[in-house]
Amino acid sequence: MKAETLAALQDARKQRRALALATRLGDGAETLIYPDRALGVQADDETLLSAARRALEIGRSETVDLGGQRIFFNVYVPPPRLIIVGAVHIAQSLAPMASLLDFDVTVVDPRRAFATDSRFPGVKVMQEWADEAFEKMGLDRSTAVVTLTHDPKLDDPALEYALKSDVFYIGALGSRKTHAKRKERLAEAGITDEQFARVHGPVGLNIGAKSPAEIAISILGQIVEVRARRLEALTAPKVAAA
Amino acid sequence: MSDALDVLDQVGKWKAGGKKVAIATVITTWGSSPRPVGSQLGVDETGAMVGSVSGGCIEGAVVKEALAAIADGKPRLLDFGVTDEQAWDVGLACGGKVQVFVEKVN
Repeated sequence: MKAETLAALQDARKQRRALALATRLGDGAETLIYPDRALGVQADDETLLSAARRALEIGRSETVDLGGQRIFFNVYVPPPRLIIVGAVHIAQSLAPMASLLDFDVTVVDPRRAFATDSRFPGVKVMQEWADEAFEKMGLDRSTAVVTLTHDPKLDDPALEYALKSDVFYIGALGSRKTHAKRKERLAEAGITDEQFARVHGPVGLNIGAKSPAEIAISILGQIVEVRARRLEALTAPKVAAA
Repeated sequence: MSDALDVLDQVGKWKAGGKKVAIATVITTWGSSPRPVGSQLGVDETGAMVGSVSGGCIEGAVVKEALAAIADGKPRLLDFGVTDEQAWDVGLACGGKVQVFVEKVN
């Protein structure tokens, strides 16, 4: 591996950008493939680029034979990220559990009494309004957003912002009744029924969760499921049209 | 995958500190194997390692080859498994097979 390749991989991580590294196993020749450009020895090889883009799309590393050459595509995707809106009691369980699942966790809450580092040891805490925090972080399709405040003034702007992004999961704490009211409010803000359908609410899998930790498990179970199903759908063999 | 990125971070630090380093990557698996394709092990010239390419069964042999790659600069393709005539007398307890690509970071 070239030193420049290592540097490019590290840069992509810092910027939360996905990229694939194609290594020709015969001689170690390298090509870096970004979603929008390619650099390196085989950067003009269309067959290689399309195989690389597919690997990038499904987020899976693999070795393939291309025209008699064995090429290894190593796909580097940003670690999944969970943004929790509301530094509340449930968040105190949800944040460390999500970290165990290798999520990069950020807790956002503009309220000073809630958003303290001492309540969330080892977790990034932003004492800001959600939409402002999202703007800084940049939501992407490896991000999940969960709102937990129960306060429309805090939750609604977060949901509105998240619905305009391509995050893979949006969940909102609250009963069916609360969720119906939320739908009405967001409709006034221009969110269609179809768009609103992306919000999982009441949040989490129905496992009879009661305590904050149990609710955190039900939310994480749902997030893991949504992520796994999406990957399955992407990797399922495509049936050729007749 | 986040593991793999941590490996690259450590490898980068070793490089920046003037050490010679190699990276080993799982490139194919058959049957049950402990670590998925793309898993990486970083090795420095003293044999220190970061990450994993198995549950610990083949790391010893991979480090040996990584040190050889650091010495001669040539990439290597290693096969590990439970076949009769395996090139490496290291098996995988789980009965799976893996192929590992080892290369020096220049």
